Amino acid sequence: MRRIQVEGRVSATEDRLRDLMVRGLGGDNAAYHSFLRELSARMRAFFRKRLARLPDDVEDLVQETLLAVHNQRHTYATDQPLTAWVYAIARYKMVDLLRRRAGREAMNDPLDDELAVFASSDTEAADARRDLAKLLERLPERQRLPIQCMKLEGLSVIEAARATGMSESAVKVGVHRGLKALAAMIRGGDK
Amino acid sequence: MKTDELVTMLAAGAGAVEAGATARRYTAALGWGAFGATLLMAIVLGVRPDLAEAARLPMFWVKLAFPGGVAAGALYAAARLSRPGVKLGRVPAALAAPVLAMWLLAALVLATAAAGEREELIFGSSWSACPLFIALLSLPVFAAALWAMQRLAPTRLAISGAAAGLLAGSVGALVYALYCTEMAAPFLALWYLLGMLIPAAAGAAIGPKLLRW
Repeated sequence: MRRIQVEGRVSATEDRLRDLMVRGLGGDNAAYHSFLRELSARMRAFFRKRLARLPDDVEDLVQETLLAVHNQRHTYATDQPLTAWVYAIARYKMVDLLRRRAGREAMNDPLDDELAVFASSDTEAADARRDLAKLLERLPERQRLPIQCMKLEGLSVIEAARATGMSESAVKVGVHRGLKALAAMIRGGDK
Repeated sequence: MKTDELVTMLAAGAGAVEAGATARRYTAALGWGAFGATLLMAIVLGVRPDLAEAARLPMFWVKLAFPGGVAAGALYAAARLSRPGVKLGRVPAALAAPVLAMWLLAALVLATAAAGEREELIFGSSWSACPLFIALLSLPVFAAALWAMQRLAPTRLAISGAAAGLLAGSVGALVYALYCTEMAAPFLALWYLLGMLIPAAAGAAIGPKLLRW
């Protein structure tokens, strides 16, 4: 009985989030923003439950997963359940984290099933230990400047190109590569 | 940076994403890789001079169909493995079908051959070079397939690397078949398969390192 209730709730969440994600992929940034905001609460609840012994890592992992979801969003096919896609990414990032920590404690796979990924929500963010703003500063200029203009100051591609003196395609490439480089720094920094 | 700020930052100016990323990457990788493999064969080995004559024999087409079938299965596997949360589905069947068909044909040929001919059917005249040449010719597609995969999001890295390697090996074998003069089914069922499995094993070994994201 309880299982059926959870599945009903999860599938309503799936439908809503999937709709937001699909609209986001189509260029609706407001829908994409709602999607990421709700996703971060889901991820937080999901990781908090599973990383009971590493509570300080939860917020960092939420951020790392959000960055991964964003960077790899072109791999989501709209005919695929969003739950399965998000779960696979969350699981991958969590196993990656546990593997990096494996020197300290033996690892066993603590995961259950993919429905759990949308089963609960937690909007109370703890502080992340790793400061992404500091990592951003370490990016090379051709990536840092476009990210600052477009992502932090909210300029359009054309405005960002004018502000940085770069071409429009260089701005787009800079943002894309910069966010990937950020994910790589996170991966490397925890070894 | 707080998570809310990160969310706002990621969504700002995110824009539309082009659909069909997986297909585009693999088309480019296969195109360049196959071109590279053919070029490599022409330079290192040369094309067999009687190619037009050989093309009239049915066995020549079996020799192309076998690695071609494996390549189709491996491409299907690589494409599915490159996207998070996509199950393997019919991948094992797609990979097993060409191999089993080839083995069946090989078994049939061996069973009907005279006892003294069997060794020749299995070893031909180039068994020791064949797998190595196939592995060599797989290198361009190997690099290209890993390049494509790195830009997607495989979550099972060893098996994804193996799929990329098998794709490379099968295209390598397909190209090598244009040079190689062996025509016996048992030879193909054994040494061509081994040649394709060398890059697959290499892919499984380096996948976890190379494909992390």
